[in-house]
Formats: sequence, C-alpha cells, structure tokens
Amino acid sequence: MANYFWLIPFIPLAGTVINGLFGKRLSKKVVGLLACTSVGLACLLSLWAVLHLTHLPPNARRLTHILFTWIASGDFHVEFQFLLDPLSAVMILVVTFVGFWIHVYATGYMAHDDGYYRFFAFLNLFMFAMLTLVLAGNFLLMFVGWEGVGLCSYLLIGYYFHKKSAGDAAKKAFIVNRVGDIGFVLGILLVYVTFQTLDFTSVFNRAAGFLVEESGGGVLTVITLLLFVGAVGKSAQIPLYVWLPDAMEGPTPVSALIHAATMVTAGVYMVARCNPLFSRAPLTMEVVTWVGAATALFAATIGLVQRDIKRILAYSTVSQLGYMFVAMGVGAFTAGMFHLVTHAFFKALLFLGAGSVITAFHHQEQDITRMGGLHKYMPITARAMTIGALTLAGCPLLSGFFSKDEILWQAVAGGHLVPWIVVWLAAGCTAFYIFRLLFLTFFGEARMGAAHAEPCQESPRRMTTPLIVLALFSVGIGYIGLPPLFAKVFHLPNVFEHFLEPVWQGPPRAPSAPVTVACFGQSVGNGEGFITLLSILMALAGFLTAWLFYLKQKDWPELLSHRLSGLYHMLLNKYKIDEIYDTVIINPINTISYWFLWQFFDVGVIDGIVNRTGQIMRGAGRLLKNIQSGYTRSYAAWILFGVVAILVYCMR
Amino acid sequence: MVDIADKTALLGDLIQNSALIKPEIMLIIWASFCLLVPKDTRRWVSIFALTGLAISGFSLYWTYGYQGSAFGGMLQLDAFGAFFKILFLTNAAVCIFMSRKYMDIEEEQSGEYYCLILFATVGMMFMAAAVDLITIFISLELMAICEFILVGYLRGNRRSNEAAMKFFLLGAFSTGLLLYGMSLLYGLSGSTSLEVIAKAMEAGAAKNPLMLVAMITLIAGLGFKIAAVPFHMWCPDAYEGAPTSITAFISVGPKAAAFAVLFRIFLSGLGPVATDPTYLRLLSVLAVLTMTWANLAALTQTNIKRLLAYSTISHAGYLLLGLIAGKDNGGVTAVAIYLFLYAFMNLGAFTIIVMVRRKGLVGDTIDDLKGLVTKNPGAAIMMTVFVASLAGLPPTAGFLAKYAIFSALIEAYFKTHYTYLVILAVIGVINSVVAFYYYWLIVRAMFLIEPTDDVKLTFSPGVVTALTVTFAVTLGILLYPEPLLNFARAASNSFLR
Repeated sequence: MANYFWLIPFIPLAGTVINGLFGKRLSKKVVGLLACTSVGLACLLSLWAVLHLTHLPPNARRLTHILFTWIASGDFHVEFQFLLDPLSAVMILVVTFVGFWIHVYATGYMAHDDGYYRFFAFLNLFMFAMLTLVLAGNFLLMFVGWEGVGLCSYLLIGYYFHKKSAGDAAKKAFIVNRVGDIGFVLGILLVYVTFQTLDFTSVFNRAAGFLVEESGGGVLTVITLLLFVGAVGKSAQIPLYVWLPDAMEGPTPVSALIHAATMVTAGVYMVARCNPLFSRAPLTMEVVTWVGAATALFAATIGLVQRDIKRILAYSTVSQLGYMFVAMGVGAFTAGMFHLVTHAFFKALLFLGAGSVITAFHHQEQDITRMGGLHKYMPITARAMTIGALTLAGCPLLSGFFSKDEILWQAVAGGHLVPWIVVWLAAGCTAFYIFRLLFLTFFGEARMGAAHAEPCQESPRRMTTPLIVLALFSVGIGYIGLPPLFAKVFHLPNVFEHFLEPVWQGPPRAPSAPVTVACFGQSVGNGEGFITLLSILMALAGFLTAWLFYLKQKDWPELLSHRLSGLYHMLLNKYKIDEIYDTVIINPINTISYWFLWQFFDVGVIDGIVNRTGQIMRGAGRLLKNIQSGYTRSYAAWILFGVVAILVYCMR
Repeated sequence: MVDIADKTALLGDLIQNSALIKPEIMLIIWASFCLLVPKDTRRWVSIFALTGLAISGFSLYWTYGYQGSAFGGMLQLDAFGAFFKILFLTNAAVCIFMSRKYMDIEEEQSGEYYCLILFATVGMMFMAAAVDLITIFISLELMAICEFILVGYLRGNRRSNEAAMKFFLLGAFSTGLLLYGMSLLYGLSGSTSLEVIAKAMEAGAAKNPLMLVAMITLIAGLGFKIAAVPFHMWCPDAYEGAPTSITAFISVGPKAAAFAVLFRIFLSGLGPVATDPTYLRLLSVLAVLTMTWANLAALTQTNIKRLLAYSTISHAGYLLLGLIAGKDNGGVTAVAIYLFLYAFMNLGAFTIIVMVRRKGLVGDTIDDLKGLVTKNPGAAIMMTVFVASLAGLPPTAGFLAKYAIFSALIEAYFKTHYTYLVILAVIGVINSVVAFYYYWLIVRAMFLIEPTDDVKLTFSPGVVTALTVTFAVTLGILLYPEPLLNFARAASNSFLR
C-alpha cells in the first residue's frame, strides 16, 4: 500500500490540468478550492506515507517505486523511479504542508486578480515539479523536477507580464539558473561516466568503494564541484544569487513558496542527497563552507539598508541559505536539513506577513520607510510577523534559534573557526535587519503619504489563518530536533536526527574532540554552552541596535548614513554587483555576439551557406515538380521506367 | 465422396477458425448494416460505424495472445498482426471522427461512405494477417477497391473524379505487376504459401534467374502501394483530389498495411533471398531516392494536401530503412513504432486541415492557414506540434519514431559492418533537415503572417475528439513510451517465430 506514495506529485498535476484547461470557465471559488484540495490531499498522502515509513526498521526505510522504464538506449537505462527515504520524507512533508497553507493564503491574496486560474495552474504545476524533484530516484528525474521548478519559477516571477520589470526579472532568473544548470548537467554526465548508472542507490553504493580524496584531485571532487555549481544557481549563492532579489517581482505567495520555503532549498537538498559523494571530497566541502559563509554575511549586510519589504526578506533568504550550506560544508547534514525545515516555516511566515501588509496597501506600497504603526490596524499580522522576526533573529527557545545554533556549534566543533566568525557576524546583521523591518513597518508613528491616508485593514481570515498556523509551527517545530545541550535540559530526544541518520552514508567520521573554551588561560566549561551564549549576545546586539535606531533615536540612522556615506551607498547599491556583472560579463558577451557571432558568423558564413543550399534545393524541387505532369500515361511510364531501371541495375 | 462425419468435422473446423477472425467478421457485419441505415437517420451512421470499430477492437482484445495459423495456413494470427490491426482500427476511428462534420459540409453524408471505410479496414486487417499469396492479393484488392471509390467520393467535384480515375488506372497497372511477380513465385516454388515458398527458396529456387524478375515486379507492385519513388506519381494527385478525411485515411492505413505485407513477403517468404546484400542495396537506393525526391519536390508545394502527400512519400523512405536494418537489429520493431506514431501525428495534422474546410472554402492551401494563431491559438499550437513531430523534433512522437529507425540502422552496422548502413542513416538525417523547411512553411503561415479574414475553424465534437487523441499521443509518448515499445517488440518477436 505504501507504494502509492508515487501518487503524491501527480495529485497537484491533476489540479494543474483541470485548472489549466477549464479554469477560464470555472468560478474563482472552484479554482481556488481545486488547487488547495489537490495540495491538501498530497499533504495527507505524504503524511500517511511517512507514517508508514516510520513503522519500518531504520535501515529498511527506503521505498522505491519504478513506474516504467523511461529511456532505454543501448547500455543507458533510466527508470521513471521514485524514492521515499527519510530525506525525501522530510522534504515532501515540508513542501506539501507549507505549500498547502500558502495555497490557502493565495486564494485571498490573489482574490482580485484576473489571471486567477492561470496563477493556480502554475502554482500546482510547481508543486508537481518540486515533489518530483524531491521524490526522484535518480539524477535524471531529479533534473526533470529541477528544470520544472525553474520553469514554474520563471512563469510565476513573470506573472505580471505586462510589467517590464517583472518580465526582465523572470528572464534574469531563468538565465542565471541556466549557468548553474550547465554545471549540474555536466555533473550528472560525469556521474554516469564514473558510475555507469544514474540511479541514486547504485551510485551511492558504488561511491562507497571510493577513497576519501584528501588531496582533492579525484573524480569525486570534480563531480561534487559541478553539482555544487548547480546548487549555487538554484539556491542563490555567491556568485549566482543576483536573480533572487529581482524575483520578488512575482506575487508574494510565489515569493513565499518558491523563493523562500521550497525551490531555493533544492540546492541544499541536492547536496544532502549526494552526501556520500560530497563527504568523500573534502576540498568541495571546504568550498561549500566558504561560499555559504560568505553568502550569509554578504547578503545580510545588503539587507541592512534595503527599503523594499520583500527585498529585505529576499536577501535574508539568500543569507539563510548560506547558513544551510555552511552546515553542509562542515559535514553537519542533519543540522543543515533542520535549518531548512525551520526556515521554510518562519520565512514563509515572514513573506506571508509582508504580503498581508502589501494587501493592506492595495498592492501600491512596499517601501518600509513609508509605513509604520501598522500594529494598530493589523494586530494578527503584526503578532505573526513579530514571532517570525524573533525566530529568524534566533530568539532563544524558538525554532530558528535551535537550528541556527546547531549550525554555529557544528562549525566550531568541526574546527572551522573563521567561517564561524563570519556567520556569527551575519547573525548580528540578521537580527538588526529583521527588527528594523518590524519596527519601521508595525511600530513607531505612521509615515504613510496622503495617498494612503485611509486606515489600513487587517487581511481576511483565509490570509490570517495561514499566518497563525505558520507562526505556531515556527515556534514549535524546533523541538523535534533539539541540539544536545537543550535535549538534556528538556529531556526530549532528537527525533529529527535519529530519523535522518540512515541517509548519511559518508565515510565514518572520527568523533570530534570535545571542544572546551579557554578564556584567559581558564576553561569556561562546555564549549557548546559558550558558543550558544555568544550567539544570543550577538542577536541581542542586533536587536538593541535596531531598537535604538528606529524606535528611540530616530535621527541616528540618518546621521550614520552621512558619516559612513561610502559604506552606506555601497550597501544600498548592493555592492554594485549587478553593474559589475553588466560590465565584465554581459556587455562583452553582447558585443562579441553582435559583431562576431551575428554580423560575421551568422549573417556572413551560416546564412551564406544556408541560402545557397536552399536555392539549390528549391531549384531541384522545381525540376521534380515539372516531372509530375499530371498525365496518367506519364505516371505509368515512370513505373515501367522504374522496373526497367532496377532490372538494369541488378543485371549489370 | 465425403461422408457426414467429414462434413461435420469440416464445419467444426470452419467455426473454430472463424472465431479467430471474429474482429474482421464483426466489422463486415457492421459495415453491411451501415448500408441499411435509413436516409433520415443518416447523422447517426458515423456513430454506428464507430460502435462497429469498438466492438471489433474488443473482439481483437479477446483473441489477442493467440499464436498460430488459421484456415489451413492462409492466415497467421500473431502479435505482429494484432499490432497492425489495432493501428487500422484506430486509423478508421479517427477518420470517422473527423469525417462527420466534414461530410456534412461536402453534402455527401451517407451510409456507403462509412461502409467503404469499414470494408477497407477489413481488407487491411486481413493484409496484416495474410501469409498466403492468395489471401494477400484478395485482401489487398478489397482495400484498394474501397480506396478508389472513396477517393472519388465527391461526385460533383472534378478534381475528386480525376484523382479516382488516375488512382484506379495506375492501381490496376501496379496490380498487374504484383500479380506477375506472385505468379513467378508460384512457378518457382510450386506453392502460394509463404512458408512453402521460403523452404523452396532455401532449397535452391532462389538461384533461378527468374527470381530476379519476380523480386523486381514484387517491389514495383508493393512500391506502388507504399508510394516509393518512382512508383509514387499517383500519390500527390490522389491525395489532392480526395476528400480530406479520405486523404488522411489513405495516407496512414493502406501504407501501414502495405508495409505489413512487405514484411510478410520479404522477411518470411523470401527471407533467404531478401537478406542478400544485392537486394538490400537495391532497397537502399529506393529508400534514398524516395526520401530525397519527395522532400525536394515538397519544397515548392503550395497546396497543403499535396505537401503532406510528399511528406508521406518521404516517410515511406524512412520506413524502408527499417526494412533494410532487418528484423534482428530491431528494424521491424522500429517500423512498427514509426507507423504507429506516424498514424497519430499525420491524422492530427489532417484533422486541422479538415477543420479549415467550410462552405465556400476548400481550405487546402498553405495560405488558408494564415494567421491561425490569432484566430484559434490552440489549434495553431497543436498543428505546430504535429508538424514538429512529422519533422522529427523532440519532444514529440516523431523524434522517437526517427530515433528508432536510425538506431536500428546503426545497430545493424555494428553487426555487419556494411558502411552503406551508416551512409543511409546520414542521408536520412540530412533529409529530415530538408523536410524541416517545408514543414515550417506551415508554422510560418500560422504564426508570422497576418490573417486576411477572421473566419474561425469549424469545430465539432468529432474533430475535438480526434484532435485530443492525436495530440495526447504525439506529445505524451516520450513521457511514457514503455507500453508501445513493449507491444512493438512483441510484434517483432512473434513475427515468424
């Protein structure tokens, strides 16, 4: 019975088909109901399948289902195959559960949109692609899902296609992702060349026969680096993160679902899925750690000064994904997946809250410096956002605190001190920018212009209910995977870690030596406690600064931006990365394409050859046309001629 | 003097054998009933005919799996035959779906039309099962005569009459050639049964110089049916003049049936001879001529039915490549896959053309499709998919079809190391490029040229059904090819086991 888990992706697909084909004639109510029901059913089925999985002994928790042979060409064999193991189980639960509530929210958010059915058809299609991605049993099917989510992302970023900026953002997302996908495809090809198969189980079993490549010159290092290029593109890390902030042109539920909770975490999931390969390539792991850490701090600093409510959250997402990669890089796969899960809840919550605010402004205003005092008008949104902000900032005992703390601790425990300092600083920036957002939006005095003089209202129930649900989960989900320190305090087992344990098939790691922190020559006790304390202090510092700047001394930000004008503008202009890419990459490519590839090669060489050939072919065609005279006798003569000609041919 | 017991045994034998051809018998009964439909209930006759096809299909399903000969070795029941029979039933059903509205517009709605389609289908079904020269010939003529009448079905239309006349005269001529070849085979082997002929060939009859003449006349006769160059001349004229629904019908079913016969004769009957490199080279020359000639001649066509006629001819060229690759290298499988998929994409394209037809507009030139995308975007996109498939572009069915053929050729090369097999594959690919040009003329007309009127396509439940089915298969097969591949492999394996 549990083998019916392969149905999970296809339920949303049914929703897409119905809404896509007949949605125009259905009422908005029916369209919304269909879309939500399909995802809801997928969620229930996922829950049921995962429950079934937990009843199996830990080492048997690996269900595969082959639907049919997809490609069979010589030795190259690919099955249309789904795989349910603890890793994909975690993913489908998160994707369908968060996805369901975002669907519900979207029925309210998009209520006044003309393309209602189109929107939900795309959104359901995304769910199909995402579930295919996480349930895929081999690299190729995963790639199908990978490209599928990319396509849906493109379609939904450009959903308001009449806006030029939305169209441009969609194209940017698509093209930047292509760069990453080239790496991914090359990685898949190299996997096939190395292992003669693309099936996850076989590849990872065969990988167990490979030694750990300490020096970093082996094939596994190359494979994992290529795969990581794909992950960098999809999960918006340096240097390919530039598409994600622009992707905020899409409707807010899309930003919440695709560009925060699910699709952008696909890269992290992929690295986790390929952990037997990555953990045998220390060099790649080093690269992953550094890229993740750099991205975490880099994006967080940009987030400090942005004014667009969604853009701040976008940079925050980029930064948080960096944390997950740090966890992957230091080999703490469980911690990375745990942060992926908690982040899915609290970031979706923050985005939906932002969407609620935008709805209150009738989709006219997204600049937080022109908001303020909204908690009077929108109490539920304000409270939910506060919870989301506290979780993101790492307020103790909320889920974000546990997962982020775990990553920071694992970085130290693995001996990665510099990356730890970097992400620790990023944690301070995180607390600052999120409370800045919160204070400027919901607290202080109202700064709305005359255009928005009318008091803002709380959003309808179907938008606030998802906020409440997600807020509850943001608070509580952390308790399924408590770090050792707190597990002792609360007497709760780390179910999350035990559940995922069988998935990690890397080489056995030497248990890291217990870290004790020495301060001025004196041991200050348990290292984990100390690191946690430092994290809390850093978050507190960020919070206090924001409080001081935006609620107490409101002229300080202005003063500081004048005093540090250079730095301020650097951050405001996002380090001018887009401009640098334009000058260094895009413009040279454009010039070369225009003059060499188009004007010289295409027009001169290719068109020349093609046109000549075409003329010759058309001439021949005209000749043959004349032979077709229309006379029956001539046709009969041709048949006779054919027979004689063959006879002559054979008798010579 | 035959006594009673013998007679009873004979009768029992007959009944037993008849059960094996139940699909065909059902269809014959239904076809005859079609003639009895009273005039005022004409609009139901197409549905009646469809029911017949469905029942025949069900009976086919029940007899599927039976392997053996019937009627004293006249017919062979196997998966190969079943594969083709399903193809013919589908072909007839889709054509009837697209005919219903179309024949109303042509004002030729009548029971005979559907009756002839069903009888032609019966002929094809017997062709797929026939393993004796006599049954082959009779079933082939049953199909051909129905075709002649159907092509000339528009009595008031001069082009239709002319087409039927040409088709008939040339058909008679080619039948003469075919019969000549068959009689020579009989003379050489002393039997009409393909099995006995094969044994005689092995025993030495193949060395007789007359064998060459028999071979060539057989090739010419069957080459006419599949429209291989230079026996293809009738094809564009007949296609252009025939009612569009019939053009669709004869562009798929009879081609496939002729290929089934070609396989039966050349691979089982003449097995020992046909694998001789001389004949393979001869077939190669024919295949190359067919592809190249057809594709070049299609370049300058402005009439879409003529254009698709040349396209059909070129597809026959690709299919011949599968015959050359041979059974052991997946050639038969490839041809079966190709024919099956070709049926759907070609019928789909013709359905769109049928929809252009309305009162006062024949709708068979490329110009009639101008600006279709602004008028019926859905239909324009579907047509694009169909022609992309005919051109062999992924991710459509046509790609899988061409891929199957070319990989069979390459596989044959690795076994035999005859260089010409690779050359054939290369020529085939180059030809696909040439074909791309004229297929894309259709797309260009639909998408890039402004419409001159705003009259939309004629929709009806029938054409919508036809379009849905053909479109779904054309676009969906690459996602889920397994059942078709398995079925085609079974057909190939059952063939002369």
